[in-house]
Amino acid sequence: MTEPLSFEKSRPNAHAPRLPDADVAAEELDRVLPREVLRSRPPTLPRLSEPEVMRHYSKLASMNYSISEQFYPLGSCTMKYNPVANEAAAALPGFTAIHPYQDEETVQGALELMWRLEHALCAVVGVDRVTLQPAAGAHGEWTALRMIQAFHRSHGEARTEVLVPDSAHGTNPASAALSGFQVVEVASAPDGRISLADLEAKLSPRVAALMLTNPNTLGLFERDILDIAELVHNTGAKLYYDGANLNAFMGVCRPGDMGFDAVHMNLHKTFTTPHGGGGPGAGPVGVKAELVPFLPKPTVERLNGQLKLDFKRPQSIGRVRSFYGNFGMLVRAYTYILAMGGDGLTQASMDAVLSANYLRKRVEGLLDVPHEGPCMHEFVASARNLAPNGIKALDVAKGLLERDFYAPTIYFPLVVPEAIMVEPTETESKATLDAFAAAIKEIVQEAKEQPEKLHNEPHSLPVGRLDEVATARRINAYLQGQSEDPILRWKPAPNEAC
Amino acid sequence: MPYLVHSPQERAEMLAAIGVDSMEGLLVDIPASLRIPSLELPDGLSEFETMARVTSLAARNRVFPDRLTFRGGGVYRRFIPAAVAAVTSKPEFYTAYTPYQPEASQGTLQAIYEFQTLIAELTALDVANASLYDGATAVAEAAMMASVQTGRKEVLVAGYVHPEYVEVLRAFSDGRGIKVRKGSEPNAKTAAIIFQQPDFLGLLVDAADLTRLAHDVGALAIACVDPISLAVLAPPGEYGADIAVGEGQQLGMSPSYGGPHLGFIACRKELVRRLPGRLIGTSHDANGRRGFVLTLTAREQHIRREKATSNICTNHSLCALAASVYMTYMGEEGMRRVADVSFKRAHALAERLAALPGWELAFPERPFLNEFPIRVPKPSVVSRKLARHGILGGLDVSRWFRELKGVLTFTCTEVNDPRAIDELVAAVSS
Amino acid sequence: MAGRLYTRSHEWLAVEGKTATAGITDFAQSQLGDVVFLELPNPGRKLAAGESFGVVESVKAASDLYSPVTGRVTAVNDKLAGKPELINSDPYGDGWILKLELSGELPRDLMDEAAYKQFTESQK
Repeated sequence: MTEPLSFEKSRPNAHAPRLPDADVAAEELDRVLPREVLRSRPPTLPRLSEPEVMRHYSKLASMNYSISEQFYPLGSCTMKYNPVANEAAAALPGFTAIHPYQDEETVQGALELMWRLEHALCAVVGVDRVTLQPAAGAHGEWTALRMIQAFHRSHGEARTEVLVPDSAHGTNPASAALSGFQVVEVASAPDGRISLADLEAKLSPRVAALMLTNPNTLGLFERDILDIAELVHNTGAKLYYDGANLNAFMGVCRPGDMGFDAVHMNLHKTFTTPHGGGGPGAGPVGVKAELVPFLPKPTVERLNGQLKLDFKRPQSIGRVRSFYGNFGMLVRAYTYILAMGGDGLTQASMDAVLSANYLRKRVEGLLDVPHEGPCMHEFVASARNLAPNGIKALDVAKGLLERDFYAPTIYFPLVVPEAIMVEPTETESKATLDAFAAAIKEIVQEAKEQPEKLHNEPHSLPVGRLDEVATARRINAYLQGQSEDPILRWKPAPNEAC
Repeated sequence: MPYLVHSPQERAEMLAAIGVDSMEGLLVDIPASLRIPSLELPDGLSEFETMARVTSLAARNRVFPDRLTFRGGGVYRRFIPAAVAAVTSKPEFYTAYTPYQPEASQGTLQAIYEFQTLIAELTALDVANASLYDGATAVAEAAMMASVQTGRKEVLVAGYVHPEYVEVLRAFSDGRGIKVRKGSEPNAKTAAIIFQQPDFLGLLVDAADLTRLAHDVGALAIACVDPISLAVLAPPGEYGADIAVGEGQQLGMSPSYGGPHLGFIACRKELVRRLPGRLIGTSHDANGRRGFVLTLTAREQHIRREKATSNICTNHSLCALAASVYMTYMGEEGMRRVADVSFKRAHALAERLAALPGWELAFPERPFLNEFPIRVPKPSVVSRKLARHGILGGLDVSRWFRELKGVLTFTCTEVNDPRAIDELVAAVSS
Repeated sequence: MAGRLYTRSHEWLAVEGKTATAGITDFAQSQLGDVVFLELPNPGRKLAAGESFGVVESVKAASDLYSPVTGRVTAVNDKLAGKPELINSDPYGDGWILKLELSGELPRDLMDEAAYKQFTESQK
C-alpha cells in the first residue's frame, strides 16, 4: 500500500481554512509595498480540506516502524522506550509558551530546570560544568573540539591534529575537520580495542585531542583507558569522550574519572527523548574545570537565589545555536532523570549490559561474533559466515524487517566485515530478545536453504527493496542537465504552473 | 523502577544463560579503581511526584497570552492548527528512528520529501534539504557551502541580520578560517553576501540589489528569509539568490523558550552537491512501486568522514513534519491570509504607537511587513508597565546594537486581535 | 591492452607516446559497487603525479581519484556524466576517465599487471 503525495491529492477548489479578518483600518499590502518586493508567482502548495490532511498523515504514520510498536536493536543508537510522561511534561504551557526573550525573572522555572539538568548530567559523567546548547550529538562533538581548540590557543599553542580511532563514528572526523583540525587515524588492535602502540606513535605536540568512545563501537570496554589518558595528557593533549555509548555504565563508572576532559551526551539516546524520525535531539557537552572558561554563552548561573543567564564570558567560544538549545528536549530529559533517579539510572545500565550479553549468547551460534566477550551494552556480530550462501548483512537486516523487527545497525563499525551491530537496551523484555534470536535463527536457516527468498525480503511492507542506485544516478543526471526530473522534489506538470 | 522490564527472576535466568554468577561477571573489564559506589543523585520518584515537581517548575514561568505577546526577534506567536500536534504526537512519527531502513520508514520519508518540495516552492529555488537545527545554524551552513563552492574565505553580513545568527556564524567560521565581515561592499575575496529579509528589525531590504552586488564579484547571495513572508514577498528564487535559509518556527511550532525549532535551506541546482545534511528522493522497488529513500549520502559524514561538507548527522524531522502539516493545512491561500492580516495589524499598531507623545518610528522611510522598530522614551519603563498589564511588549534591540538606543521592535501576527492592540496602546498611555 | 600500468590507489594508465589514458581498475570498481557520480577536472588542468583530481561515488562509498602521472589533462570522458555505470561495466574500455599529455618521467612506483595482481591479493 502506498499513499499519493499531498500535492497529487490537491484539489484546486478545496476549502481553505477559516481565518480571522484583519478588522483594523489599514491600507492593502500591495498599495504600501513596492511592486518589486512582492511575489510575482504564488508557490504551488497542496490544497486539501482538514479531513483530507488528517487522513493523509494517518496513512503516512501507518507506513512507519517506531519504538512504540517495534524493537529497534540499533547498535550505537540506544533506541529505548520514550516515556509518555516526558511528553506530558514538555507539553505544559509553562514550558511551550515562554518566549526566549522574556526577562530572566519571568522564566525562573525554565532556568531552574536547565540548572538542575546540568548538575544531574555533571553527576552522571563526572565533570564540572555542562553546556546544554548543542542541538545534536555531532553538534556537541564540534562544540567540544572548538573548546579544546580555544584552550590550546589560550596557552599559545596551535595544535593542528585530532586523533580518531578507525572504528569511530563518522561524525568524529567530520567534526574535527570542521573545527579546522587535520584528522589522524589510530588503528584498532586485533582484540578490537585501540592499539596503544599506534596511539603512542601518533601522539605528538601537534595533537590537540584524542576522540574516543568507551565502550568502543564494538561494545568493548577500553580496559587500558587510564593508560590511554596518561599518554594523551603527557603530551598536553585533551581527551574527548563521544557519549554515544554512555548507556553502558551509568552509576558504575564515569568518563570524568577515566580522564576525559570533554564529554558529549545524546539526550535522545541515554535520556529517552524521542528520535522524532531523525531529530530534534540534543547533545549537551560536559567539561572539566580547565575548559569551563570556553563554554558557549550564555551559561545559567545561580546568584543570591536567582538564576541568571551569563553572557559576560570573555573566553567563550561564542554561540553554537540560537537561544539556549533545544529546550523542549531538555524538559523531557530532566523529567526522565527525576523519575529514574540515581538508583534507576544505575539499574538501567545494568539491565542494558545484561540484555546485550544475553542476546549475544543467543546469537553466538548463528552469526559470527568476532570479538571475545563479555560486551557492555551492545555487541557486533558479522554475517560473513553466510557469505558462501551469497547472503550479506543487508539481507539479514531486510529479513528482520520482514519479521516485524527493525534492523540492527549494519556495515558499522567499518573494521568488521559484514557488521551487524546490536544494542537491545534495558527497555526490551526477555521475551522480545528471545523472539529476536528466534528470528535470526529462522533467517540463518533461510539463508542456507532458500537464499533467493531472503534476497527478496521484505515483501509485506508498503514497498520492497528500493533501487537506491537508480535514484542517485537520476539525481546526478538532473544536476548535470541531462534530465528535467529533480527526483529530490515533486514538480508541478508544466501546464499546471500558473 | 519505571520503564525497566526485567523481573529479578528473569535477570537471574539471563545471567545463568550467559554463564556468570552475577552482574560483576560482566563488568570485569572495568578497572576497580574506576568503579563508583553509586550516582550522586536522589533516588527516583513515582510518576505522580515527578509530574508534580516538573509542573511546579513550569508554574514558575510567566506565560503571556498569545494575543498580548508583541515580542518577536526571531520567535513568533502564531495560530497553530490543532492538526499539527495531532500528527506530531502520533507515536509512529515521534518515536521512529532516522529512516535508514526505507521499507520500514516510508511515512517519515514521504513526509520529508513533501517538506523538501514545500520549501523549494516557497523559496522558488530548485532543491531543499530535509531540514537543519535552526535558523542560525542554517545561516552558518550556507556560508560554509559558499566558501567551499567559491574557494574564498570571507563572508559579508549586510545590514541587520539576527545577531545570534551572526554569533553562530562566527563560531562556525572561526573553525574553518573564514572571516566574517559586516558591510555590503564585496570584493574578489568574498564568498557570499548574507542578508535577512525582512531584517532582524522587521524592515525590508533591497534583496535584488544585494544579490546583484554579490554576483558582480562572483560571490553567492544568501537570503535568510521568514517563511510566512514568502506568501507575499518575492522569494529568493525570483530575485536570483543562490541559497535561501531561515527559521521555520512560525510554521506550526510553539516558542518553547527557543527550541526545538526548524532550520531550512534551499539552493539552486548547481549547488545541490554542496548541501549539508539529509536529502530524500523518489525511488522504486522491483515491482515498480514508488518509494522514498535517503539519497546522495556519499556527500555525508558517515561516508566522507573528514571530507564531508558538514558534520551534521541528523535533521529536525519532527519539526519538519510539523511545518509540512502546517503548510498543507493552510495552503497557499491560508498562508497569504495570515501574512496579510499580520501586515495590516502591524501597520495599524505602528500608526497608533507612532502617534504617542515622544514615540517615533526608527526608520519611517523603510517599509516593513509585520515587525517594526520604534524609538520610545524610557524603554525599560515601557516594558515594565506593559508587563504589569499582562502584555509582553517590544524587544529592546539596543542590547545588540548600540546605535539603536531606545529602540524597541514590536511584532503583530494574526493572534494579536484588534482589542489586544487597543489594550497595548492603553497600557502604554496609562 | 597490454602494458597497462597501475597505482597503489587503484588507478590504471595506458601510455602511447606522449599521451596517457587513465581510469580506475576493475578491482576498484568492484570494491566501490555501483558508481553513481564522478567529479572530474576540466581539460587543460595540470596535474602532478599523486595529486587528487576528482571523486568517484557509489551509493555506499566515495573515493578520491589520484593522477598516476604528471601531465596536462587533454580530454575527459564526457559519457561518464550521463552513464557513470560505464566505470562498472567496462573500466578499462568505455569507462576510461582522463587523457593526459605527459610531462617528464613516469613515476617509478607504478606496477605492471602481475605486480598489481599480487598487490590486490594482499588487500582482500
